[in-house]
Amino acid sequence: MASVTTILSARRGRGKPDWTDWFSYGYLLLGLVLMFGPVLWLVLSSFKSAAALNEFPPQLLPYGQKSIAVPGQEKPLPLYRVTMPDGATRELAEVRRIGIQATLVDPKAPDQEYKVNIRDRKPVREFRLATENYSEIFDKFSFGTYLWNSVFITIVATLITLLFNAMAAFALSKYRFGGRDAVFLVIISTLMIPPTIILVPNFLVVSELGLLNSLWGVIWPAVATPTGVFLLRQYMLTIPDELIDAARMDYASEWRIFWRIILPLSAPALAVLAIFSVMWRWNDFLWPLIVLSRTEKFTLQLALNAFQGELTTQWHYLLAMTVITLLPVTLVFAFLQKYITTGIASAGVK
Amino acid sequence: MNAVDAPMRAVQRVLGVPRIGWMFVAPNLAILGLFTFLPIVVNFYFAFTGGVQLYPSERPFTGLENLETLFECESYLDPSTCRKDLFWRAIYNTGKFALLQVGLMVAFALITALVLNRKILGRGFFRGVFFYPVLLSPVVVALIWKWVLQREGVLNAVLAGAGASPVGWLSDASWAFFWCVFVSIWAHMGFYTLILLAGLQAIPADLYEAAAMDSASPWRRFSRITLPLLMPNLIVVLVLGLIRAVQIFDEVFVLTGGGPGSATTFIVQFIYQTGFAESIHQYGLAAAASLVLALSLLVLTLLQLRMTRKNLAGGKANGDG
Repeated sequence: MASVTTILSARRGRGKPDWTDWFSYGYLLLGLVLMFGPVLWLVLSSFKSAAALNEFPPQLLPYGQKSIAVPGQEKPLPLYRVTMPDGATRELAEVRRIGIQATLVDPKAPDQEYKVNIRDRKPVREFRLATENYSEIFDKFSFGTYLWNSVFITIVATLITLLFNAMAAFALSKYRFGGRDAVFLVIISTLMIPPTIILVPNFLVVSELGLLNSLWGVIWPAVATPTGVFLLRQYMLTIPDELIDAARMDYASEWRIFWRIILPLSAPALAVLAIFSVMWRWNDFLWPLIVLSRTEKFTLQLALNAFQGELTTQWHYLLAMTVITLLPVTLVFAFLQKYITTGIASAGVK
Repeated sequence: MNAVDAPMRAVQRVLGVPRIGWMFVAPNLAILGLFTFLPIVVNFYFAFTGGVQLYPSERPFTGLENLETLFECESYLDPSTCRKDLFWRAIYNTGKFALLQVGLMVAFALITALVLNRKILGRGFFRGVFFYPVLLSPVVVALIWKWVLQREGVLNAVLAGAGASPVGWLSDASWAFFWCVFVSIWAHMGFYTLILLAGLQAIPADLYEAAAMDSASPWRRFSRITLPLLMPNLIVVLVLGLIRAVQIFDEVFVLTGGGPGSATTFIVQFIYQTGFAESIHQYGLAAAASLVLALSLLVLTLLQLRMTRKNLAGGKANGDG
């Protein structure tokens, strides 16, 4: 209750909280429910068994039917609460079911069988996380392959992006060669050419290079980001030229200066770009959808899209896959939120 | 990196120091040339040739035929009289979507930024709350909401609890369109909120102090100080939002697949379907539709440049005046 009082008593300036304070906290609370609620619901649902997911109305928390080991039976049997003909209720384990008639036994005395109408029995339930949703997607679908494809594209594309963009930014911030400003303008102008308007010709280029259905067909077109060049150039402009001059006095080659001096000093900007690049590549959809048509080359996003069309009845797998897909981004967000938000606020990029 | 150092040293000996800059920009320029500038040129070639072949030399030149096919309409106001009615439906849907989505999103982003700019408890936390969906992939966003909105989903369960009958949120044309707008606002609002918040924080506090001295009402402070000074950011946010909204594809494609019917089919989906998804790949038509999309984006970009320049000039004049 202490926190509630502090929230209520926090306000602008002196005096009583006015309507704007009430509105602010109401709005934020509504926002909290609306923004996190659906995600939380997805995560909770992903731990429910297929049977629990088919219930309507749904339960908030994941419950599963309790099952019990009965002597003389190979598998554990599902437990039911049965209303007996005399009106008493007992917890019995179901041996088999034929039509509307179920045969149940008392787990403690499994020799006597009871035959009951299925309407007279209700499943006994307990809180249970259906973690098998998560383990089974790796066996039943080649989920590991999709995960690997996504990880490969994300990491390799990000490394190449960092290298190429840093090289370009270095040249554009530290050398005065003829045509430099034109090159900068050309690179920045590609910000205005979104990939959606050149899908067909890009498909031709990638297919001529033999990169259709290859992860490299997704990686190469994505690595020369104008945003990255801009971000890194602005940062490198603040690195004093004296450092470079001093290195030249010691006969360091230009590549060495780039690799040993400029790159380490640009680490903060490189980190911001790395975070962005990881998110871009992990979340890519339209271009991979066009380039990768063979199932074994699918990324996680493509696999999710394909499954949601096919597995409409298998939501328990689809939900688990979705949670795994949003997990890395959520972790990045939880630990690096400050860098992301300040990066966006200062550069206006996403 | 000694393996790179040796050849770069050799290049340095030939080119000399300032011109070695070309070697450093070369990889980036090569990639851009191959995957951005070359495709822009080739796109025109595709748009003016026909047939179903991908390889350029196998495509017969057809001039304006693709564009004429797209624009063959008895009445442009009624898509069903057009030869490519889906194209026109997609255009109308995209226009309607962009206006609705961007208008509402900027309004809510502004409210959110204003609230987050106040002295409130847990500001960093709430900023994160609104920003979190921005990072989620469009496919994940679509699946999160599909799970909530499906016929036996939690929203219908809440409705049933309140005694109302379930609604086919994604199978009814108007509702499906509404949810496309809603989900896309949900997913992108945080980004625009951040830009507006940065703008709000750049407004000098002494202006508000002076207004408080004159006992100006909150509304007056907002309309006379906040709004005018935030205008450049608002314009940037509006145009950026429009540029993105016109290209809407991913979330909607997974959420509704463009349906029911063609109720949520947008222009990028038309390009994707015509060029890649349908059994006959009509690359020419898809490229021609891309040209139309590119033209509308060009108009928006020029608008942005013009508006920001005018605004800067206006701001300057005010400052001097």
